[in-house]
Amino acid sequence: MISSQRKKRKEVSVQKIDLEFELNGVPVEADVEPRSLLAFFLRDHLGVKGIHVGCDTTNCGACTVLMDGKSVKSCTVLAARANGTKVTTVEGISSNGNLSALQESFARNHALQCGYCTPGFLMSSLYLLGKNPHPSEEEIRKGLAGNLCMCTGYLNIIKAVKEASSSNFGSEAGNRNNKNSGGS
Amino acid sequence: MYPAQFQYYTPKNIGEASELLRKHSGESKVLAGGMSLIPVLKLRLTRFEHIVDISGIKGLADISEEKGHIRIGALATHGEVEASGLIRKKAFLMSETASHIGDEQVRNMGTIGGGLCHADPSGDWGSALIAMRGTVQVSSSDGSREIRADDFFVDSFTPALGEDEILSSVTIPVYGERSSGTYAKLERRAGDFAVLGAAVQLKVDEQDVCKYVGIGLTSLGMTNIRSESAEKALIGKELTPESIADAAESSRDDMDPLDDAIRGSAEYKKEVGSEYVKRALLEAMNRLRGGTK
Repeated sequence: MISSQRKKRKEVSVQKIDLEFELNGVPVEADVEPRSLLAFFLRDHLGVKGIHVGCDTTNCGACTVLMDGKSVKSCTVLAARANGTKVTTVEGISSNGNLSALQESFARNHALQCGYCTPGFLMSSLYLLGKNPHPSEEEIRKGLAGNLCMCTGYLNIIKAVKEASSSNFGSEAGNRNNKNSGGS
Repeated sequence: MYPAQFQYYTPKNIGEASELLRKHSGESKVLAGGMSLIPVLKLRLTRFEHIVDISGIKGLADISEEKGHIRIGALATHGEVEASGLIRKKAFLMSETASHIGDEQVRNMGTIGGGLCHADPSGDWGSALIAMRGTVQVSSSDGSREIRADDFFVDSFTPALGEDEILSSVTIPVYGERSSGTYAKLERRAGDFAVLGAAVQLKVDEQDVCKYVGIGLTSLGMTNIRSESAEKALIGKELTPESIADAAESSRDDMDPLDDAIRGSAEYKKEVGSEYVKRALLEAMNRLRGGTK
């Protein structure tokens, strides 16, 4: 019944959009449907599983990536929008298997419990520290307001960001955003 | 979740975008930052056959000063408005309003033009624009026109735009010396829709007498609305806690909020709304006296 109804529906030829962008420093070419969302495109077509989709409604921030250096919620961005941009996911912030200073600080401070929200928190923290290398606690709270941790481990996350910021982190964040590989 | 299938266009200028909207009249929608449109498309609250993405149009995100006004391009993001030194210095209310919208990620994508055109009564920009007596410039392939903030919001989610018209910029007057503005917003949690909000812009003379009062309200009517009663109660009066309290009390007369099972009854919103008008006015007064904006 349902399938016969489906057949009767107007045939719509699905538009394909050619994409060229840079993912974690590597050029990518692909084609996508207009309605394809960046989070699902990266996860399902490019296998970038560090993007987590928590709420799928622009609340939780687990899908946060950097697009041209700015944090965005990739579940609410059309994949087509990535065309011509540089996209950085959590996979792109460590180098040769070595965790970044920010990731180390998250580990040291027990800033994760189940870990589902962690990639999003890392990307938002990276964006925050790139913009403001030495944020106050209030600035950290405001900067991370778009990320939810359902284990409610917020205090340790704030501690981790604070600690990372006091260890000369700002210059490193800037370097990573500019894709310079010098120093680690 | 996915939106329903649509055709996607990336016009290079407003004329092209307007032609597309006219060609696909009734079945098309403009996409700017997408922070309101994409969620409603994903939730299938609405669907459009044609999505016209204007984000690639050059020169639509500039922020500049001209002849006593500040012009903000429609594609300027909330974050860009918040961070603009010019706006912080000369139109602080706009900067503060931007800082209350959504969260960091939303402010990085969402645009002032998109927010205004969405015309959500719980939107923040409309109140600030009303308080500052700003105007918007809209364009189509036929030409351009200006719409005052008071005339822009026809009804909930209904801006005064023709089907082929696109909001290109927002202009706000610079109020200059002895002026200040503030936005007081109540939300249940960070990033949620406003329960209610009050944007105020003041200018006083050397005797502290109000020469200009603008008050815009969020979620206290079917659109962002002006509190004319409170403005009238305060204009020409000396700015004191007492005159502010009187004005805030009269602001209730202008409020007509919806009863809302999640964010409170109409009665509650009017009660808290007038309190927020008072707090915003007091804060603006304190900023005037403290010499900050």
